Amino acid sequence: MADAGGVVKKFMFVNRKSPYGTIYALESLEVVLISAAFDQDVSLAFLDDGVYELTKGQSTKGVEMKNFSPTYRALEGYDIEKLYVAQESLEERGLSEDDLLVDVQVVSRAEMADLMAEQDVVLSF
Amino acid sequence: MLHTVNKSPFERNTLKSCLAHVKPGSAVLLIEDGVYAALAGTVASDMVQQAMAEVSVYALGPDLDARGVANRVIDGVKVIDYAGFVDLVIEHPSTQSWL
Amino acid sequence: MKFGIMVNEGPYQHQASDTAYLFAKAVLAKGHEIYRVFFYHDGVNNGTRLTVPPQDDRNIVNRWSELAAKHGIDLVVCVAAAQRRGILDESEAKRHGRDANNIAAGFRISGLGQLVEAGIQADRLVVFGD
Repeated sequence: MADAGGVVKKFMFVNRKSPYGTIYALESLEVVLISAAFDQDVSLAFLDDGVYELTKGQSTKGVEMKNFSPTYRALEGYDIEKLYVAQESLEERGLSEDDLLVDVQVVSRAEMADLMAEQDVVLSF
Repeated sequence: MLHTVNKSPFERNTLKSCLAHVKPGSAVLLIEDGVYAALAGTVASDMVQQAMAEVSVYALGPDLDARGVANRVIDGVKVIDYAGFVDLVIEHPSTQSWL
Repeated sequence: MKFGIMVNEGPYQHQASDTAYLFAKAVLAKGHEIYRVFFYHDGVNNGTRLTVPPQDDRNIVNRWSELAAKHGIDLVVCVAAAQRRGILDESEAKRHGRDANNIAAGFRISGLGQLVEAGIQADRLVVFGD
């Protein structure tokens, strides 16, 4: 367990990129998992193509890459439960909450803006 | 909050997405290819000028100079150097990089 | 004020490392402290001493090494991202049975916890990437 010296900051991981085309989504998730050890107030934001990280039915056999999407479902076990998804980003892509593989909070742009503004540290990928 | 944008508005929706999430009183700093959004007379100029009603817009001078576009900046966009970038980061409690 | 800096792209391919370096220099020129520079994603490629850029171009890797030496800055390369991309120090090379290492002076390889810790300890964390 990591020592944060009693400091608890609000960390937000902002995901705006789709999985597989680039490594950002996967390596972002690796940071999120590590952050759980520091007892910080962690949240994840998914907007723009980042919402594709959470879509059901990912099957990567044909591209010979690791399907890391089940890991999002494991986040709850690490006490990372604040997953915010941009409503407009879902709608633009013809998606709804039912298309996602994990429980999330769907938020409007204004709500997302409020959440971003209250963070101490924003890590974007 | 300080937001930085480093993508050309003609190639990506990064700036558009950023501007949709900025709150009044925050600052947007255009860097790298993001500085193309600071130019007057483009299809992106209106979007930036509208945003300037509620947020301060800055552009990184060395990036404008490198690209030969420093003389085309929208009136009211503040041109700063790296020291000014540091000042903006200090001035705002957090920075979000729109990548 | 204490700054943390995250660099997510390698040298030359993308401007991120240049901007981060010039930002870091400006931070120091103003008398502030850099708690750590953390290199992630392809940013780990900033930490290889084997780059040979043309003589009339900037040497991005050496520049970081020199900044670290002069100001005692902690340059940390993420171990998991480094392993994927072939950035190794002596002990990593030995552990994984590789015949060479390539880490540049002033850089050290460590875990992702160093990034989260930088976020906690620094007053500001700024990300440079693509």
